Amino acid sequence: MHKFLIHNKGDDVGVATEDIGRGEEVTGVYMDTEDTITVSARGDIPLGHKIAVNEIPTDGEVKEYRVKIGLAKEPIAAGDYVHVHNIRSARWSFDS
Amino acid sequence: MQLTGYRRENGRVGIRNHVVVLPVDDISNAAAEGVARLIPDALALPHPYGRLQYGEDLELHFRTLIGTGANPNVASVIVIGIEPNWTERVVEGIRVAGKPVEGFSIERFGDLETIRKAARVAQGFVQNATELRREPVELKDIWVSIKCGESDTTTGLASCPTVGRVVDKVVDAGGTVFFGETSELTGGEDIIAERCATPEIRAKFQQTFNAYVSAIESKGVDLMGSQPTQGNIRGGLSTIEEKALGNIEKTGKGPVVDVLGPAEAPTLPGLNFMDSSSAAAECVTLMAAGGAVIHLFPTGQGNIVGNPIEPVVKVTGNPLTAQTMSEHIDLDVSGLLRREMTLDEAGEQLTELFARVVNGRLTCAESLGHREFVLTKLYPSA
Repeated sequence: MHKFLIHNKGDDVGVATEDIGRGEEVTGVYMDTEDTITVSARGDIPLGHKIAVNEIPTDGEVKEYRVKIGLAKEPIAAGDYVHVHNIRSARWSFDS
Repeated sequence: MQLTGYRRENGRVGIRNHVVVLPVDDISNAAAEGVARLIPDALALPHPYGRLQYGEDLELHFRTLIGTGANPNVASVIVIGIEPNWTERVVEGIRVAGKPVEGFSIERFGDLETIRKAARVAQGFVQNATELRREPVELKDIWVSIKCGESDTTTGLASCPTVGRVVDKVVDAGGTVFFGETSELTGGEDIIAERCATPEIRAKFQQTFNAYVSAIESKGVDLMGSQPTQGNIRGGLSTIEEKALGNIEKTGKGPVVDVLGPAEAPTLPGLNFMDSSSAAAECVTLMAAGGAVIHLFPTGQGNIVGNPIEPVVKVTGNPLTAQTMSEHIDLDVSGLLRREMTLDEAGEQLTELFARVVNGRLTCAESLGHREFVLTKLYPSA
């Protein structure tokens, strides 16, 4: 039974479709290919929030929908909870 | 399902049959509401603006009021303003649509005499409107607007692609669809630019988007903390780019045929981009003024917006929202998250609900009395 969905093959993050607890082995489904992936959750991830499926280095691009949705603020490992604490917009960075 | 609607004098099709009492300015709200108290089936649309506006901001004010009155969901209109000149300008604008419209100004009469005269006309308008009949109409006759709100990650996974299915059907049938939310395309603007039908439209789109970015930069700020909103972040969206990509899912696959200014009516069938705020009530008000008669509204965390003249249909893919805010949600597609339904099935369900709302079923927002009529103000008044 899946606990998260990933939009596209190659994306770095999936979305929890129910609450995921730290340490849980969870399976995700790629919506475009129906392939599955299993990772060990490294944090509590509430429904609708993101889980990493790949490693991302600091300042590395974070992909979802096959498109860059932001940059990592710190190294991210597969299974990590991904949100505003560890990724940031690559836009809205106007220095005034 | 057979669609039915009210065919208006100018050939456009409405799905509701309102008699509207439209104030030109803030100080005429009391008279407009006075008329609606005497004639309960007349609908007053109070708002806070219309005095000492100038330039483009004033033009937008007139365009929004005239477009609202001319919207095919409206059978006839009473216009009330403080003085005759601007009142007549709104009356003349609505008269182009061919529907019954009459204007009243308050100076040299006062509220009470104005209400007396206007209520007498409103009574006739209401009675006449009850004799108008629905007739069979085609899908392409129903102008649709789309905008999502309180988005979260379920919006991009479920409710937006569901709306995208219906948008594709309407566009394929030769219909007209509005989308907008300039700020919420940030990070996905290249995707929209690529979908523009011609290089000219692409240039117009890019110019509109860049003007918006420059307007923000000129204030010496960015939209961190505002976009994504606190509700978006609570729902799991981390950046404006992520929000934009989910948002764009609702536009379907068709080309963008034109770029409209706020409250402007489209001249071409297909997917039209309207430069607009991403604030729900402002955006829906502008699209209704552009002529849209039904709005499809994907929501994640539960935006509850409605509009006085354009029914707003809420779709959510968030099971928590569907469960805790069910009185606001017209269609629950959270089965997509559990993989209990396919996108085709969700699209079919929304298509069926769309037809029922067109044919007269009240939306959740209508039944709860959500009538947010919010005018967009471009800059301070003189």
